[in-house]
Amino acid sequence: MIAYVKGVGNISPQMTWRDDAFSIRDGDQTGNYLSAIEPDYAAWINPQQLRRISRILKMGTAAASIALQEAKLSSPDAIITGTGMGCVEDTGKFLDKITTLNEEALNPTPFMQSTHNTIGSQIGLMVGCKGYNQTYVQGAFSFEHSLMDALMQLDEQPDFNILVGGVDEVTETYSQILQRFGLLKRETPRSMDIFSSQTRGTILGEGAAYFVLSRTAEGSNASIQGIKTLYQPHAHELHDGIDSFLAEALLNRNDVDLVLTGKSGDAIADKQIDRDVNLRFPQSSLAVFKHLCGEHMVASSFALWLAVYMLKHQQMHEAVVIKDAGRPLKNILVYNRYYQDHHSLLLVRSC
Amino acid sequence: MNQVFVIGAGVISAIGNSYSECLSSLMHCRSGIAALTTLDSIHKGKLPVGEVKLSNEALAEATGGNPALTRTALLGLHAAQEAVKDSKLPDLGAWRVGLLSATTVGGMDKTEMFFPAFMQDSKAGKLKNVVHHACGSTTEIMAGYLGVKDFITTINTACSSSVNAIMMGARMIRHNLLDIAIAGGTDALTRFTINGFNSLMILDDEPCKPFDANRKGLNLGEGAGYLVLASERVIGNLQLNPKAIISGYANTNDAYHQTASSPEGNGSYAAMKNALAMADLKSSDIDYINLHGTGTKNNDLSEGTAVKRLFGEQYPRLSSTKAYTGHTLGASGGVEAVFSVMAIDNQCVFPNLRFKTAMPELGVQPQMEMQKTNVNHVMSNSFGFGGNCASIILSSFKS
Repeated sequence: MIAYVKGVGNISPQMTWRDDAFSIRDGDQTGNYLSAIEPDYAAWINPQQLRRISRILKMGTAAASIALQEAKLSSPDAIITGTGMGCVEDTGKFLDKITTLNEEALNPTPFMQSTHNTIGSQIGLMVGCKGYNQTYVQGAFSFEHSLMDALMQLDEQPDFNILVGGVDEVTETYSQILQRFGLLKRETPRSMDIFSSQTRGTILGEGAAYFVLSRTAEGSNASIQGIKTLYQPHAHELHDGIDSFLAEALLNRNDVDLVLTGKSGDAIADKQIDRDVNLRFPQSSLAVFKHLCGEHMVASSFALWLAVYMLKHQQMHEAVVIKDAGRPLKNILVYNRYYQDHHSLLLVRSC
Repeated sequence: MNQVFVIGAGVISAIGNSYSECLSSLMHCRSGIAALTTLDSIHKGKLPVGEVKLSNEALAEATGGNPALTRTALLGLHAAQEAVKDSKLPDLGAWRVGLLSATTVGGMDKTEMFFPAFMQDSKAGKLKNVVHHACGSTTEIMAGYLGVKDFITTINTACSSSVNAIMMGARMIRHNLLDIAIAGGTDALTRFTINGFNSLMILDDEPCKPFDANRKGLNLGEGAGYLVLASERVIGNLQLNPKAIISGYANTNDAYHQTASSPEGNGSYAAMKNALAMADLKSSDIDYINLHGTGTKNNDLSEGTAVKRLFGEQYPRLSSTKAYTGHTLGASGGVEAVFSVMAIDNQCVFPNLRFKTAMPELGVQPQMEMQKTNVNHVMSNSFGFGGNCASIILSSFKS
């Protein structure tokens, strides 16, 4: 199951929506969360629609449009979306009104836009895609399961172009609740400093990244060679899982040029990632990404975007490298981890 | 491609707490729609809904779960446990097993308890009431009790979610990624959905009348329904006797409006047509359609139009069982897939309760009474917000 990446679109806390203008900036940070840097959506969304839809829908539809443009497609054959939390802003808004208005005279718009599949269906509506439309909501596996589905679709329908993405938004309310659960850092370091903070917790982020996948290599810089999720693995299951995952692609650890890990700035979790992943790849370059996008349930979609970007430019971005082994970039292993339970692997290769 | 077999089914809804109770109610025309009793809502005592008659405490006791869990998880666990037991699999751990579950509300029933206090003061509200808010958390709770770890996923495509979960389970078996898939969906009644549908003005203030000319809207319901799907290898190794096979399915999008269906029923037409093509069946091969049939003006006209476009005047026997259960949202495709298995297993079709007058635009006449008849192929439709349409065909094993 292999897929070539034909187009990418990414709206994140960095300047990522224009490939030629990718620049790292000290994110737009409020307390313990990073907000996306949003483009002028008028370039992709008509003004009438722009007034009606929520922020997560703007991010999702714009990222999808950018990916389709890059792939020179007006509409894909299938749309698959992963979102861990869905439309939390509209969900919160409707919950708020139920209480304050005591269940009377409610405006239906936030309810209509609260279901998780609103993102994928708005894209379908915008581009007139009447084909397969699916939404995975499995926490930090939402994007991974979307990719798995896309790879299966390409086996079933080899001539398809599939739009697949991960979208999650952050709100003040959501960050307050995660803070109370002790999942975020108590102090508020700048995002760029999270790896040196030596404390527990992380900072929150958000984003929307869509990819056009197909079976043909033409015009593509990178391919997805495999995807695997590991739920609540013991250390030895993680070690074996990584080795068997690489073996399925006929690789061993020495063949991996760059390991891109989802370190989150949590001092203990990051030490485990060093022990269970990084130290087992002594010959590979090492990199991180969550200081750029923040922690969120579809952060792996940001990592895939970053891997594709680096393969295309055949250069590791200085803002992400923690060890440069001086190797040309062919195989990138993305290892993501969301808190304790959700671990995933993605193998991305240059074309 | 591998064949996918149905080897177990479990369901809980307003008309019964088990497969046999629901079957008995369907056969004896016993509706489960009555005025809301449980939720702390201004609609309590008035609005007709399809409530499951077991409390969270009773669900917890029956499942071995914790009564503090979300109702969505408890309902799901109850039905999924019944499905696994029904499958008579001696050892779930011997196979690659997946749990693919649909839900639209997830832990919203508990989040509603958290939110009012939290709105007053962001340090208030009990965190235990919001810890399982996310849809995926519902499935992880269920997987923990069921002992499933290999693959756990959740799908939310609004009211078509469960059929998409069953479809994904079948596809993973066909792709040899799983041996067994426990697939379906669960949703509890919440103030969130009741007020949401009420704000859209599509709730009937009386028991609903799907496909009737004088229908006024839908009744919400709650419940869960799961199938246990298995590969040929599992069937062969264990000498199991399948209840049915999954012969066709399709997922399409209407791409017309966020919450309304196109007048021509384009999305639902394509879903039914593509499912037939996959099953390699003619429209005349379908013996019974379990309609989406919510009872709203828009859905029933659109779905009925699509049925007539595809099947012509010789459309099969058809009925909506939502007049019994209410619309169980993300669970509806799972509940109705189990009802479709019942139709095959008992060689019967269920009536469309409360139907009097055909829609003048179409003249579609649903099934009026419980009838014993040959049922080899059943089509079950589920359509949702966002134009998400899904159709699945279950066939008798002998066919």
